Amino acid sequence: MTTSTRDDAPTTSRDRRARSRRTLIVSSSVLAIASLLSLFVGVVNVAPWSIFEADTDAYRALVIARIPRLIALLLAGSSLAVAGVIMQQVTRNRFVSPTTAGTVESAVLGIVLATMWFPANSLLVRMLVAIATSLLGTFVFIRILRRIRIVDIIVVPLLGLMFAAVVSAITVFLAYRYDLLQLVDTWTTGSFSRVLRGRYEPLYAVLIGGVVAYVFAARFTVVGMGENFAVNLGINYHFVLNLGLVIASVNTAVVVVVVGAIPFLGLIVPNVISMWAGDNLQRTLPLTALAGAGFVLVCDVLGRVVRRPYEIPTGTIAGIVGAVVFIALILRARTDRT
Amino acid sequence: MSTTATVGRPAGPVVDSIRRVRRWPISVRLGIMASIAVGVALTYQFALVTGAWDYAMSLRFRQLVALATVGAGTGVATVMFQTVTHNRILTPGVMGFDALFRLVQTMFVWFFGSAILVDLDVRVRFLVNAGVMTIFGLLLYRWILRRTTRDLFVLVLIGIVLGTLFGSLTLFASRLLSPDDYLTVQDLVFTSFNTIDPQLLTITAIVTVLAIGAAVPLFRQLDVVTLGRDNAITLGLDYRRVVDRTLIIVTVLVATSTALVGPMTLIGLIVANLARQLLPTFRHSVLATGSALIGVIVTIGGQFLAARIFDFTTTLTVCVNFVGGVYFIWLLMREAKL
Amino acid sequence: MIRTEHLTKSYGPTRVLDDVSISLLEGKLTAIVGANGAGKSTLLSIISRLLDADAGTAHVDELDLATAKSEEVARRLAVLRQDTHMTSRLSVRELVSFGRFPHSGGRLTAEDDRIIAQSLDFFELGDLGDRHLDQLSGGQRQRAFVALALAQDTPYVLLDEPLNNLDMRHSVRMMRHLRGLVEQLNKSVVIVIHDLNFAAAHADHIVALKDGRIIEEGRPVDVMTAPILEKIYELPIDIHVIDGIPYAIYFR
Repeated sequence: MTTSTRDDAPTTSRDRRARSRRTLIVSSSVLAIASLLSLFVGVVNVAPWSIFEADTDAYRALVIARIPRLIALLLAGSSLAVAGVIMQQVTRNRFVSPTTAGTVESAVLGIVLATMWFPANSLLVRMLVAIATSLLGTFVFIRILRRIRIVDIIVVPLLGLMFAAVVSAITVFLAYRYDLLQLVDTWTTGSFSRVLRGRYEPLYAVLIGGVVAYVFAARFTVVGMGENFAVNLGINYHFVLNLGLVIASVNTAVVVVVVGAIPFLGLIVPNVISMWAGDNLQRTLPLTALAGAGFVLVCDVLGRVVRRPYEIPTGTIAGIVGAVVFIALILRARTDRT
Repeated sequence: MSTTATVGRPAGPVVDSIRRVRRWPISVRLGIMASIAVGVALTYQFALVTGAWDYAMSLRFRQLVALATVGAGTGVATVMFQTVTHNRILTPGVMGFDALFRLVQTMFVWFFGSAILVDLDVRVRFLVNAGVMTIFGLLLYRWILRRTTRDLFVLVLIGIVLGTLFGSLTLFASRLLSPDDYLTVQDLVFTSFNTIDPQLLTITAIVTVLAIGAAVPLFRQLDVVTLGRDNAITLGLDYRRVVDRTLIIVTVLVATSTALVGPMTLIGLIVANLARQLLPTFRHSVLATGSALIGVIVTIGGQFLAARIFDFTTTLTVCVNFVGGVYFIWLLMREAKL
Repeated sequence: MIRTEHLTKSYGPTRVLDDVSISLLEGKLTAIVGANGAGKSTLLSIISRLLDADAGTAHVDELDLATAKSEEVARRLAVLRQDTHMTSRLSVRELVSFGRFPHSGGRLTAEDDRIIAQSLDFFELGDLGDRHLDQLSGGQRQRAFVALALAQDTPYVLLDEPLNNLDMRHSVRMMRHLRGLVEQLNKSVVIVIHDLNFAAAHADHIVALKDGRIIEEGRPVDVMTAPILEKIYELPIDIHVIDGIPYAIYFR
C-alpha cells in the first residue's frame, strides 16, 4: 500500500498521458450512464419521459428529489475523495483522511455547538461553525502528529482513532446535556434521503475547493515529496500544506452538515487510485473525484434497493462495502509481496 | 533506546511521580493499588447518599459488583490479548470485539424474532449470545492472527476497520428489523445501568470469575509468549494452543463486560497500558492482577464521577473515552517506542 | 543425533529444500554454509519446529519432530533464531531464566537458579544480569540469547547466524564460546554461518547447501578446496593454508 505502482515505468510519459486520458473518458462515461440510471431507482416509479410531463407525481419526484439527490451524491462523493487524497499527499501518510484524523468528528462537534448557541439556526450558520471546528480539529491533529516521537506508520491511524474518540467524547458530553444525541447519530451516518430541492444547495460550495485543488494539484504532489524537496523547487511549503488542509477540512465540514459522514470514502478511494495510477495529483485528481462519486452512487443505490420501500443510509452501506474492500486490499497486497 | 531518549527531556510532575513509583517494590505497588480500589469502592457505596438508605445501598452494591466485574474482566482480557498480539496498542476494544457482541445480539433478533427472545430467561439469553460470539469471534480472530501474525501494521489496520464494519453491520441489521424488533434490540443492547438485572449480574459475575480462573494457569505460558512466537516454540511451548485458549478467555470476558455496561472501546487500552507502565515486568501474574485492580479503580471511579459529581449529566463511556484518549495521545507523544 | 530424511519444502513454485537427508554428528561443532537462498535457514526452521516440511522427516534422537511433544523436544534441542527483537523490557537474567521453562514450566527451582547462574558465567554475563536488554550492546545481546539457549541445558544446540551484528573481536569470542560448549560441556552444536573462514577455523564438520540440496559435506580441509567452493558460490576462490587451517580468499 505504501509504494506506488512502478510497473509502468518503462512506458513513456506520452503513452501514460494518453492512457490516463482514455481512462478518464471511459470512467466518466460509465459514471454518467450510472447516474442517469440511478434517477429511476426509488419508491416512486419514474420513467425517463416523465421529465417532459410536468405536474405529474413522477415529474415532481424527479425534479424535487431525484435530481437534487444525484447532484448531492456526486458532489459529496467526489469532494470527500479529493479531501482524502489531499490530506494524504500533504501529510505524506496513506492513512490520514477526514474519517481517520478527527475532521468529521470535529465538524459534528461544530454542528452541536451551533445548535446549542443558535437554536433557530439556519443551515448556513451551522455550516460556518462546523467549518471552523473542523479546521481547528484538523490542525490540532496535524500538530500532535508532528510531535509524536514514535516513528512508525501504524501510530498514525491509531492516533486518529484516539483523537476522534476524544472529540466525540466532548460532543456526546454536550449532546447528552442538551438532548441532542439523536441528532448526532444523524450526522455521523451519512444519508441522502433528506436531500430535497432547496435543502442541499450549500453543498455546491465544495466546487470552489475542487477547483482550487485542481489548480494547485502539481504543488500538492511536490509537497508530498517532502519539505526539502519542495523548498528546493521554490515552492512555499507551509502555504501549500495549510491550503491543502483547509480545502480538505472545509469540504468535509460542508458534506457532514448537509448529508452526514460517509466512512472509508476519503481513505479507500485515494489509496485504490494511487495503487493503480500513481501519485501524480494532476493526473489522478480527476480520477479520484470520479471514483469517489462512483463509490457513493453505488452505496446509495444499494441502500435504496436492498430493503424497498425503506432506505438504508448510504453511510451504513459505505461502512460495510468499504470495510470489506479495504480488508481484501490489505490482505491481497500482503500475499502478493511474500 | 527509550532510556537514552528520555534523559535530556525536562520531566513534568507526572513523569516524576511515575519514576518515583517505579522505585517501590512491586508487591508494595500492588498493595497500594488494592487499597485504592477498596477505597474507591467504599466511597462509591457510602458517599453522598440522598433518599432511602436501604434502596440506595442495594442498588449501589449491585452497580459496584457490575463495575468491578467489568473492570477486572477488561483488565485481564486486555493484558492477555496484548501479549498474544505482541503489542501494546491492540486491545479487544480497538479490534472490534465489543462491536461484535452487539452485532451478534442484533443478528439474533433478526434470525429468531423478538418474540422468542423476550420470553427467554435473561441468563439463557446471555449464555447463548456469549456462546455464539465466542465461536464466531474465535474463528474470525484466529484467521486474522494466523494470516498476519508477523505483521503488526496490517493487524492494526484490519482491527480498526473491523470495528467500523461491525458497527455498520449492526446498523444495517437493525434497519432490516421490524419496528417492534428494533425496539427489543435497543432494550437488549443498551442495558440500563440504573436498574441492573440481578439475574444477569449473577451470571456475568460467575462467568467472569470462571474465565479469570481459567486464565491463571496460562499466565506462566504467556510469560514465554513475551519472547515472541519463534522463541516460545523452540522453548517447547504449544504456541497455538496458548493463543487459542487466550482468545477464548478474552472473548468471554469481553462478552460479559459488554453485556453489563455496553461497549467501552478505550477502557482496556488505558487500563492495560497503565498497568504496564506502573508495573514494568513480563510476569503475567503481576500484570494481570495490576491491570484488574486498575480496571476496578477506573470503572468505579469513572462511574462515581459521572453519576455523583456530574449528576448523571454524562456517562461512564464518555468519561473513559475522554480521559483514555487524552492519556493515550500523551503516551504517544512521550514514549519513543511502544 | 539429529537426523533428517528426504526433507522437502517449497514456497509456491520455488523449491527451497529438495530431498535433504543429513545426520549431524554428536559432540561436534557443525557449520552449515551456502549462498543466500540456499535453504540453510529453512532447514534450521524445520528442525526447530517453526516450519512444517512438505515431505520427509526430522528426528532428534528417537523423537520424530512432527509428532513428538514440543516440550520434550525442547529438553533435547535448544535453538537461537536470527531475530532477537523483543517487544517487552526484560533483564538479562530474566531472559536467560526462560531457558528453564521446558524443565520447570516457569516455576524456578534451586537447581534452575544454579544452571542460570552457570550459563551467565559461561558467557561472562554475570555482572550484566540485572541490565535490561535494550541497554546492551549488540554483542552483549547476542551473548545473552546464546546463554538462554545454553540454560535450556540440552545436548543439542542450533544457532542461526550467531555472528550477526558482531564485530571481529566479539565474533572470535563467540566462536570460542561455542567451541567451549563442545569441548567442555560435550554438546553438539550446529550453526548456520556466512563467514567461511570462521567455519574453517572452528568447526569440526562443514555442510554445504546449494539450491536446497546438500552438495558437499566433510571436514573443513576436505570441503575448503578451490574447486568445491567455486561450485558452491559460483565465484573463483583461492585457498591459503595457514597453521594447518584452510582459509578462503575471495575479496578481489
